[in-house]
Amino acid sequence: MTLVNAERIKLESTRSPYWCLVAILVAGLGFAVINGLPDSGQGASISGALLGATIGMSIFMVLAALSITTEYRFGTIRSTFLAAPKRFKVLLAKSLLLAVIGLLAGSLVALAAFYLAKTLAASPMLPMELSTADEWRQVLGYGPLFAIAGVMAVSVGTILRQSAGAVAILLLWPLLIERLVSLIPTVGDYAPWLPFAAGQQFVSAGGAGADGPTPIQGLLVFAAWALALWLIALFLLKKRDA
Amino acid sequence: MIEVIGLTKQYGSATVVNDLSFTVRTGTVTGFLGPNGAGKSTTMRMILGLDTPTKGRALIFGEPYDNLSKPLTKVGSLLDANWIHPNRSARSHLRFLAATNNINAKRVDKVLDTVGLTKVAGRAAGKFSLGMKQRLGLAAALLGDPQILIFDEPVNGLDPEGIFWIRTLMKDLAAEGRAVLVSSHLMSEMALTADHLIVIGAGKLIADSSTADFIARSTRSSVRVRSPQLAQLRIALQAAGLEITDLDDALEVNEAPIEQIGDIAFRAGLPLHELAGQSGSLEQAFIQLTADSVEYSDSGGGPGGPPPASPSFDAPGNAQLEGDLR
Repeated sequence: MTLVNAERIKLESTRSPYWCLVAILVAGLGFAVINGLPDSGQGASISGALLGATIGMSIFMVLAALSITTEYRFGTIRSTFLAAPKRFKVLLAKSLLLAVIGLLAGSLVALAAFYLAKTLAASPMLPMELSTADEWRQVLGYGPLFAIAGVMAVSVGTILRQSAGAVAILLLWPLLIERLVSLIPTVGDYAPWLPFAAGQQFVSAGGAGADGPTPIQGLLVFAAWALALWLIALFLLKKRDA
Repeated sequence: MIEVIGLTKQYGSATVVNDLSFTVRTGTVTGFLGPNGAGKSTTMRMILGLDTPTKGRALIFGEPYDNLSKPLTKVGSLLDANWIHPNRSARSHLRFLAATNNINAKRVDKVLDTVGLTKVAGRAAGKFSLGMKQRLGLAAALLGDPQILIFDEPVNGLDPEGIFWIRTLMKDLAAEGRAVLVSSHLMSEMALTADHLIVIGAGKLIADSSTADFIARSTRSSVRVRSPQLAQLRIALQAAGLEITDLDDALEVNEAPIEQIGDIAFRAGLPLHELAGQSGSLEQAFIQLTADSVEYSDSGGGPGGPPPASPSFDAPGNAQLEGDLR
């Protein structure tokens, strides 16, 4: 807990995390407006209103990756290790903190985006309601997704140790790499099990596709990818000279 | 107390620190001396658990740094004053370090006051001058009120006032019974600050002795005498079997006690206008001592060849220049 507190002070005392959080909110609410406002909100839907939350998740990953790569950029990682030589605990504390922030940011942005779209949509064709468990999952599911994405970004940042590379990979991976893989014959059949495609299942409306994961499976697959990256990050962090 | 036992660090085939052993005792300022690239920083990083030694170990109060709980309360260090986030305030930098080791937040204001940064504590540390960053680094080192302090080239880039301040601070810390290990490539600086010297070159231990012993052993002392009857004085001194070097209007007597020379002149009834003890340049002695270990002087032969006649620390630059001219 001591180390989580120290990590919190580090994050609070620089400006970029605040900017990222503002950007996440803008993205989340912006798409809710686009979804809810035109044509008296006839086309409004839960998944449509939450498109911005997925983009927000990418921004959150930038925040999380920067929390470790800036430490390498400015050498504060060494100050950190001098104060806390058990590197496992440092990585754990940082990951926990970002998971908690992700959980809060993801749930709150998704809820806000949903209610904004619902309020703006005067006459939606489909009712904008949060009644069934599936509907709640589609909205609040962004909390766990953000949390896992945060851990994944911290891991990638730890492995690469530099901002530009980590941010490029974290942005291109969901947007480009997974799409491209899905186009490859045979290999592409496994594309729904890639981390971000699987994670996205957790906030999708439908059940399992023909060969893709169910929402719960999707979440677990996403978490498993994150855990694997986290373990690689831990191994490298302990092995490398700071 | 710091114990370094057979510490070795290799990067590929290059051995940066080679089987180094020494002890840093409490209550003393120990100077860690060597030319640039001798392995001082790497040794300090291994002592502090940042780098993993290839062989050997470094112990702090009998334990490796990694095993210390709340290490900042046992060892304070300043390796690089630039290890700060430029947008984070000085106070926040110290706050997060304090939080990591459960150090009372009041200590933050205390050490800020000690190093004289209270007024600028809220400003982004990236805007600090080098001197202010050094002070912030010292504040971080003092944060946990540790028994051991490790400083890497703390006076680099400081103005005379800052240098004097750090020198005094280190002596005060040692006088309070702490162990202070401070590295430098400046012999003259260490002669003023350190009680004990550990000299390394090319990663190997060259000397481990008290500063006074080191100076006495490695510098040639001589006595300069002037007299209106210089020629007679010369004869009298030679009769006593002393080695004399002639100067323009004086004599230089090598390796002789100053009292003996005064007595000889008195017995011969010769007036003296000057009788002054001189010690050779410490810097010169240090350069000679570490000359063979300066790896990157690429003048001179390979193994077995003669050592470079006048070792120069910027040899690669010169060699490059000569190459370009040809």
